[in-house]
Amino acid sequence: MSPLIKTTKGLDIQIDGKAEKIVGETILSDIIALVPHHFHGINPKVMVKAGDYVKAGTPVFHDKTFENMNFVSPVSGKVLAVNRGEKRKLLNIIIQREKETQYENFSVQSLEKLTPEEIKSALMNAGIWPYVKQRPYDVIANPNKTPKAIFISSFDTAPLAPDYNFILKGQFQDFQTGIDVLAKLTPGKVHLGVKANVPSNEFLKVKNVEITEYEGPHPVGNVGIQINHLDPINKGDVVWTINVQDVLYIGRFFNKGITDFKKIIALTGPEVIQPQYYKTLPGTSIEPFISGNVQKGIPLRYISGNVLSGIKVEIDDFLDPYASQISVIDEGTEHQEFLGWAMPRINKFSASHLFPTRLIQKKFFKKILGKIQFQYDARLLGGRRAIIMSNEYDKVLPMDILPEFLFKAMITGNIDKMELLGGYEIAPEDVALCEYVCTSKLPLQLIVREALDVMKKELE
Amino acid sequence: MNALRNFMDKIKPYFEKGGKLEKLHSVYDGFETFLFVPTTTSPKYGSHIHDPVDTKRTMSTVIVALLPALLFGMYNVGYQHYLATGQDVNFWTEFLFGFLAVLPYILVSYIVGLGIEFIGAQIRGEEIQEGFLVTGFLIPLIIPINTPLWMVAIATAFAVIFAKEVFGGTGMNIFNVALVARAFLFFAYPTHMSGDAVWVRTGTALGFGGGSVLDAFSGATPLGQIATASTSIPNITDTFGHSLGFWEGFIGLIPGSVGETSKIAILLGAVILLMTSVASWKTMLSVFLGGAFMGIVFNFFGPDTAAAHFPWYNHLVFGGFAFGAVFMATDPVTSARTEKGKWIYGFLIGCMAIIIRVLNPGYSEGMMLAILLMNIFAPLIDYFVVDSNVKKRLKRAATSTIK
Repeated sequence: MSPLIKTTKGLDIQIDGKAEKIVGETILSDIIALVPHHFHGINPKVMVKAGDYVKAGTPVFHDKTFENMNFVSPVSGKVLAVNRGEKRKLLNIIIQREKETQYENFSVQSLEKLTPEEIKSALMNAGIWPYVKQRPYDVIANPNKTPKAIFISSFDTAPLAPDYNFILKGQFQDFQTGIDVLAKLTPGKVHLGVKANVPSNEFLKVKNVEITEYEGPHPVGNVGIQINHLDPINKGDVVWTINVQDVLYIGRFFNKGITDFKKIIALTGPEVIQPQYYKTLPGTSIEPFISGNVQKGIPLRYISGNVLSGIKVEIDDFLDPYASQISVIDEGTEHQEFLGWAMPRINKFSASHLFPTRLIQKKFFKKILGKIQFQYDARLLGGRRAIIMSNEYDKVLPMDILPEFLFKAMITGNIDKMELLGGYEIAPEDVALCEYVCTSKLPLQLIVREALDVMKKELE
Repeated sequence: MNALRNFMDKIKPYFEKGGKLEKLHSVYDGFETFLFVPTTTSPKYGSHIHDPVDTKRTMSTVIVALLPALLFGMYNVGYQHYLATGQDVNFWTEFLFGFLAVLPYILVSYIVGLGIEFIGAQIRGEEIQEGFLVTGFLIPLIIPINTPLWMVAIATAFAVIFAKEVFGGTGMNIFNVALVARAFLFFAYPTHMSGDAVWVRTGTALGFGGGSVLDAFSGATPLGQIATASTSIPNITDTFGHSLGFWEGFIGLIPGSVGETSKIAILLGAVILLMTSVASWKTMLSVFLGGAFMGIVFNFFGPDTAAAHFPWYNHLVFGGFAFGAVFMATDPVTSARTEKGKWIYGFLIGCMAIIIRVLNPGYSEGMMLAILLMNIFAPLIDYFVVDSNVKKRLKRAATSTIK
């Protein structure tokens, strides 16, 4: 039996549009884009020009800080354009996808013989490295450091998140190889967080990892919460994290010698007509997923990622490489809510006790009112204020951190205090729920992101 | 609603940059967001959905919680008036008198306070904040009914400017704004804020009521009687010499500040605040615990004075103790903000209030000063709570084995 950690703090937001467990046809747009700003904190240097032919696995740009860190094309085809914006900032690289994918061949030696350094350089060369992230700062892992542990969460508790047990069906061999590779990169343990009480959970059979089971509301599936409970990050520590599906890239690379970035994502959200899973590749256009499959007549917001911590994208934008889902919600600009603050707002989901959310979920009211479908849109539903209410954030952050004081240190740019109050342990996604429940409507994830960037700059 | 929306859209250009009424932009914005939920949407990065809770909802809930105290206060003002003048009138006449007596204070406090808020918001280029809606409601409830209106105006202006705006507005203030207004009155015009003549309106209310006061009448509050007692036996009476006990204090048909007298009304407010989790039950409970603790200590070990002998449970129902505990100590901005801190903060408020009542002959009521004092110490209390979290983190780093 693996140890079980229960958390009580957090919030499961009830929102419609969970993906049905069907994997639809492979969706790939004809043009695929590599967007440098999807990889936070890198400084890209282009390695191709328009007209070049690239294979899947051919480097397209690399990082200027770590010159061996390649970012590779997920498809084969011709480079259509290298788009730059103001001050020649690299915006994206567009590739015309071929029907039949040609893969760059990497000669991979057997795992036993490789040293950690050789593994790292192979992964960097093949463009898989950017999927390995690090705490502190929630950025692409610095390959020159050795992590004290590697953390993987095998489940996502975010609203409408995909089920990785379903996605990984038939791919556990690649997953195991990926784990074995990662295990060679740390002198410590590879931790796999597994959701408790899931019947026939395949992740419990994974070997060469330290399995811990978790039970509780969102955000317990966030790797940051799991790190805080098992082996918290102190000053000077480095921990690596990687998404479940990204472990597969490593596994496929060492099993087959190619960079195969195929992944399954969930199309979710209340405005999706048929929410389900699709096979795809990072960098594909959002448009083919949603055309004909979303509600018409209202302005919609498309999100690469989940509704709490994803990125707002336009219909012709591209899927970011870390996303495992696309969410579609009502933009909300069409609503004119008269005296909304004074209304009962039965169909709004509130974590506070100021709305009847809890009441209407009691059996008695469920009988009278039927099941209430909570309505969501992208409005802030209030004005931005200074922090007024206390103990709001604490209730949804199951970490040994005093969030309000950390946020205040971040807002005022006090780096010493950020260090002392848990700045090394936190990532924007961990505070997404704090942002949801905030009475003062503060953009907390942005505050954390910017503060982490300042910390990284000043402390490294 | 569409007509109203269209009207708001029509007049909007006047208030925008370059418009004729540009200087009233924040006023327009205040009204627009009051009438219609703003359609500002979430930014590109960050949470795309938000909880419907906002400061308008929160602040208006506090006002709802204050309504029972206000309504009872109005009735009690009328009741005391007709009791003092010996007239036998029905409930509605009493209430009407009280309504007319209290209404001007509410208007003055809101007009002065909100006026300054609007100007402040315009200068800072921010939205109008809702904090004053509560402050402006509290001020009439914590003053004696005979306070001249101009004093209330000055005190409100002083409090809003020097206790709030200079710090940066709602959420940034150190002191409870309503209490600063009261403290200003207390120290600037002491004769109008204490003594026997200020607690019962014996004159008219906007020309209504009036009459000659009966000979046996004495307008001293129970705590005033305790503070000036000639013997060490606490004996409190109503305005006509009938002795008062715990339940009379609980029901609250006694002289006192407008909103503070009825513990039933305050309890109703407390229930609303706690059910909605707007106020912290920890703070509220610990104030009462602190007060009870200190009251018991004085009952057994105190000096030989009437105030020290005043039973501890009576301390909790007479004067502004309960009102302060429920509505003032729980102000989230000026209170301790950590959960452990709230226990300490509340307990010390309760203790200090009773200490001031018993040991300081100059102040018959200690609640206002106790809360203001602890407002200063709230950040210090939080500092120690936060520091213990920091120490835990540093200790953890020192014992961590793998580097």
